[in-house]
Amino acid sequence: MDNKITVSNLDFFYGKAQALYDISIKIPEREVIAFIGPSGCGKSTFLRTLNRMNDTIPDTHAKGEVIIDGENIYAGGTDVVALRRKVGMVFQKSNPFPKSIFENVAYGIRINGIHKDKADMEVRVEKALRDAALWEEVKDRLSTSAFGLSGGQQQRLCIARALAVQPEVILMDEPASALDPIATQKIEELVVELKKDYTIVIVTHNMQQAARVSDRTAFFMLGKLVEFNPTKKMFTNPDEKLTEDYITGRFG
Amino acid sequence: MTNQETAFHRRRKFISSLMTILTAACAVFAIVVLLIIISYIAVRGVSSLSLQFLIDTPKPVGEGGGIGNAILGSVMMTGMACIVGLPVGIGAGVYLAELGNNLFGKVVRFLADTLIGIPSIIVGIFVYTLVVLPMGRQSGLAGGVALAIIMIPIVARTTEEMIRLVPNAMREGALALGAPQWRVTWNIVLPAASTGIATGAMLAIARITGETAPLLFTALNSRFYNYYMDLPMASLTVQIFNYATGPFDVEHKMAWAATLILVGSILAINIFVRYLTRRKY
Repeated sequence: MDNKITVSNLDFFYGKAQALYDISIKIPEREVIAFIGPSGCGKSTFLRTLNRMNDTIPDTHAKGEVIIDGENIYAGGTDVVALRRKVGMVFQKSNPFPKSIFENVAYGIRINGIHKDKADMEVRVEKALRDAALWEEVKDRLSTSAFGLSGGQQQRLCIARALAVQPEVILMDEPASALDPIATQKIEELVVELKKDYTIVIVTHNMQQAARVSDRTAFFMLGKLVEFNPTKKMFTNPDEKLTEDYITGRFG
Repeated sequence: MTNQETAFHRRRKFISSLMTILTAACAVFAIVVLLIIISYIAVRGVSSLSLQFLIDTPKPVGEGGGIGNAILGSVMMTGMACIVGLPVGIGAGVYLAELGNNLFGKVVRFLADTLIGIPSIIVGIFVYTLVVLPMGRQSGLAGGVALAIIMIPIVARTTEEMIRLVPNAMREGALALGAPQWRVTWNIVLPAASTGIATGAMLAIARITGETAPLLFTALNSRFYNYYMDLPMASLTVQIFNYATGPFDVEHKMAWAATLILVGSILAINIFVRYLTRRKY
């Protein structure tokens, strides 16, 4: 199995405060990787280093290497815009743009100049919405505001938006934490479905969710990567005592 | 013990209702003053109001006269202030909100706040030395420049506040799709903040429409319809000042009528803004 992302000795700082300590991890292609750990353990911070989203926070810096497809994204001269097109992101709180449903999906296609003409755009928007399992619910109201959708639909719209620009990796930061169980189930089914084409990294607070959707799980604590193993092993026979204590709910 | 508690509760209830009445009284007082002003202006002004009054230029006392050229002058100078002030003000606001988290931004923000607080007559004197002296005469251009200078910091600061209200999650969503910074600002942030920015712009327009002092030195006044920005220009506010300080009762009546027109249009702008902001939410 090829490694899509290889992280070596990554430290991350908010000002002088260190948030990540010496993280090294290899993420294989077309798998679902779950990041678990207590709040404030650095899993979201780490996720956001993978598409350099942390650049938007002033006074932060990273040390170490994050190599995606053979290129260190923290090397000088990296095109962050191209990187983010390749490594898409879905956020904890759904964040549709104040535009129509169609335009939300079309936006990324348009700014990246992916489509050939208007008809091609429509095809691409439909495909993205179908891939996000949203098409049937919105096909009759594509021109209405995205804010008219329910929370779960908005989140799937954000996933469709991310898929539309044809990324290779999708980062998901607790994508279902604000959703009800039925909407959560839909997102989880979607994640498993998307694995065929994409490498997916998903941060979650929900242990069962990690067990259900992921192939491998990484457990973080206090900014350190405690354990990274296949999910089955992680939840049945973890290497570290700390992991076992967390998974069985002894703390956290 | 129970008795004490009841007394304590009674005291709290009493103070609560006392404060409610007090604040309500203050609110009523504030509104009543405004209503008295508006109705007084309406009563005094409406008698001299006529179509002729709205079209005519000022004439010697006893021959009628009106404020047609003053209305046109106000519209032209406010229009010029908007052409200069809105793009510059909105642009500065975008910079302050999106890129201005540095020393330069802090300095600009502080200076803009200071400029907002500067008495408008000082802006008039400043433009007098900057534009009127080199040109050799007062002009509508100088008036427009003075109004633009008053307008820019107000528009800049309200734009900045409105843009800061746009949730960061929206910016991140666009950035995560591979949108460059300028596209995020142009396609996502500005449309999301547009209602608020329009409100700020309209309030700034309402504010400069009511300015007199900065026009006294710059645009001066004119008794005729003037379509050229390089000549002295009449304005509603200066015309009101002239009519009001004149010795004759007819002039005072016309000052009231002109005031009614001015207050009415500012009120109309404000109501229009309310309508605009209400429609979206």
